Amino acid sequence: MNPDEQLYDEQVVRPYVISRGRTEARANLDLISLAVAIRQPTGLEVGLDPEHLAIVRLCRRPLSVAEIAAALDLPAGTVRVLLGDLLDSGFVAVQDPQPEVDVLDERMYRAVLDGLRAL
Amino acid sequence: MASVPSDKVRMPTPVKLLIAGGFGVGKTTMVGAVSEIKPLRTEEVLTDRSVGVDDLSGVERKTTTTVAMDFGRISVGDDYVLYLFGTPGQERFWFVWDELARGALGAVVLADTRRLSDCFPSVDYFERRGTPFVVAVNCFEGAPVYDLAEVKMALSLPADIPVLLCDARRRASGKEVLITLVQHAYSRRPVAKV
Repeated sequence: MNPDEQLYDEQVVRPYVISRGRTEARANLDLISLAVAIRQPTGLEVGLDPEHLAIVRLCRRPLSVAEIAAALDLPAGTVRVLLGDLLDSGFVAVQDPQPEVDVLDERMYRAVLDGLRAL
Repeated sequence: MASVPSDKVRMPTPVKLLIAGGFGVGKTTMVGAVSEIKPLRTEEVLTDRSVGVDDLSGVERKTTTTVAMDFGRISVGDDYVLYLFGTPGQERFWFVWDELARGALGAVVLADTRRLSDCFPSVDYFERRGTPFVVAVNCFEGAPVYDLAEVKMALSLPADIPVLLCDARRRASGKEVLITLVQHAYSRRPVAKV
């Protein structure tokens, strides 16, 4: 193996360094909460890390926390923290899952069944 | 909590389904068979605090553990998007199960007749939590073939829990299992309680 590769392995940067030590996301985001970019960074923003920018780029179409985490190879908890920042600064909008109390929504069942039948 | 997107961005509502069962029973295979994307993997890191609720009494050192979950996606129309999560096999990761089960529409418990007891913890978990579930017996080649009534009896399942045979590798089979699950969840809807 090339020794340089070993030296610069991306795992050298720990997930919680990326989130600057924070493990609590401000928004209590679910793994399937969807995020979409609503404003593009101009490059002059203060406080946005490369990971923030990568999320904004990824979220041109709605993506779940789990998908963002998989795409960036970051733990879901880290993505929650970064998304919380982006939500606060108005770069992304978030759609939370159907609340559990709302699983009484008949329309949802019908749509899901129709979608599955069309698979 | 989270902000509502502006009128310009129309977003589907995400809906979650779980695929549970013992190690090697075909959870990720089933996710992959029905998903429109190649199954992805996401990781949750157990921090000190979550480790505290895990039974690690006597362990003085700081410990972090990573739990990986495989998942897939099925878009259903413009309004909803389904996410299918394979639950982590080890029971000591209950805290991840709790997070996954929160808001889930329902769960498939995959069973293997050669190791039927492997699916007991999943059945117990969803029964206790009140999450609608169905049991799908994955038909492995060479596995003994039982009558579904026998499987139901062996699992001491209530009469209204659907039990069906499946082939986790086949899309049509996975689709049938998911349709059965959603119909079952719908039929249980009036009594659905958190």
